[in-house]
Amino acid sequence: MSDDIRSLTARLVDEPSSLAFLELGEALRRRGQLDSAYKVAQGGLTRYPRLAEAHDLMARILGDQGDLAGAFDAWVEALRLDPMRTSALKGIAFLYFRAGNVEEARQHLQRAAEIDPDDRSIPQALARMPSSVSTSVPRAAEEPVAGAPTAPGPEAVEQQGSLLVDGNGLRLSGQLRSPNNEDVGDRVAAELAGVSKEASRTTRLLGLGTWQAIAVESPEGNLFLVPPTSNTVLLTVRDPSLPMARLGMIAERAARDARSWLGEQE
Amino acid sequence: MSHANNALERVTQVPGVRGSLVISAGDGLVVAERLMDGIDGRAIAALAGSLIQRLGRATLGAGMRIPTFVHLRGDQGSVLAAPGRNDLVLVALTGLNANLGLARVEMLDAVSHLS
Repeated sequence: MSDDIRSLTARLVDEPSSLAFLELGEALRRRGQLDSAYKVAQGGLTRYPRLAEAHDLMARILGDQGDLAGAFDAWVEALRLDPMRTSALKGIAFLYFRAGNVEEARQHLQRAAEIDPDDRSIPQALARMPSSVSTSVPRAAEEPVAGAPTAPGPEAVEQQGSLLVDGNGLRLSGQLRSPNNEDVGDRVAAELAGVSKEASRTTRLLGLGTWQAIAVESPEGNLFLVPPTSNTVLLTVRDPSLPMARLGMIAERAARDARSWLGEQE
Repeated sequence: MSHANNALERVTQVPGVRGSLVISAGDGLVVAERLMDGIDGRAIAALAGSLIQRLGRATLGAGMRIPTFVHLRGDQGSVLAAPGRNDLVLVALTGLNANLGLARVEMLDAVSHLS
C-alpha cells in the first residue's frame, strides 16, 4: 500500500465523515484497485448523496470497470447537482463519442469549453473529432478525453452490449453488435428465450434450485445471462479481458435496473 | 487410466464437486462418469448437452466462436461445462460451497487432453 493511500485511509478511519474518501477513491482508481475504489466511493455517496464530486468519482470508477451505462448515469447525476461541472460534461462527451454520437459529444464539450475556457484539453479533444456527424462507431472513438475513464482496447468497444429479452425471444431493450459490427440483437434474442427455458429445466431437474445466472466464456467475449424476472432474460456482453466475476456484478446491477424499468412499463 | 477417467479424477477432487462426467454433446450420451450415489448421469448428460448446444448457437449468432466454458448457477449449486474436441464436453456438478475457480482451472486443463 502506498503512503498516500495509507494516510488517506487512516484519515477516513479517524474521521469517517470527512471528504477524504474523494481523494482515496481517486488514488485507488488510478492504481487500478477498482473494487476498493468502488467501495470507498459507495461509502462516500451513502454519506453525501447530493455531492456532485462523489458522483463524478463514481462515474470514473464505473467507467474503468467497463460499466459505461452506470458511468453515464453517475455523470448525469453529477451534472444535475452541479450543472457547471466540466468533468462530468467531458465524461458524458467521451461516452457519446465512444457510442458514435459525435454531435452530442461535441455539444457537451463545447458547453464545457464555455464554462472553463482555460481547460486546454477541451479544444484539443474537439479538434480530434471528425468534422461530419457520424452514427457508426468510429475507430477514433478510442481517443481519450481528459477526465474520462481509461479507455480499453478496440475489442472492448466492439464487444459490449446488453439485451433484455422477453419469454418469446423478442427484444425488449438494448442492442448487440458482432465483432464485425453487425446488429445481431434480434438473432441472439431469439436463441435466448430457449436458453432461459433450458436453464430453468436443468437446474430444477438436477436439484440445483432456481437458475440464477449463466456465465459463458468465448474467445471473442464473455457473456453473462441473468433473469431479471421469471419471464425475461438479460444478456450482458463484454470483452474477455474483463474478469467474469466483475461482469457478473455489472450484470446484476443491470438486472436491478431492468426490474425497475419493467415495473415502470406495467 | 484413459484421458477421460484421468480428467474426471482431477475434477472430482476439487472441494465441493459432487461428480463429473464426459458427455457427447450432440447426442447427450455419457462417455465416462464419476458421480456420487443418487446422481443420474444420463439426466445431466441430456440436460447439459442440450443447454451447451443452445448456448453455442447463441454465441455463434453473436458472431463469436463456441463457448470454451459455461457456468450455470442455481440457488442450490452449479453445473460447469468445458467443451472440448470431437463434440466431447467435460461436465461437473457442484454444491453451493464448491471452489469454482479451482474447478474451472482443472476442467479447462483436463478438457484440453480429451480427444
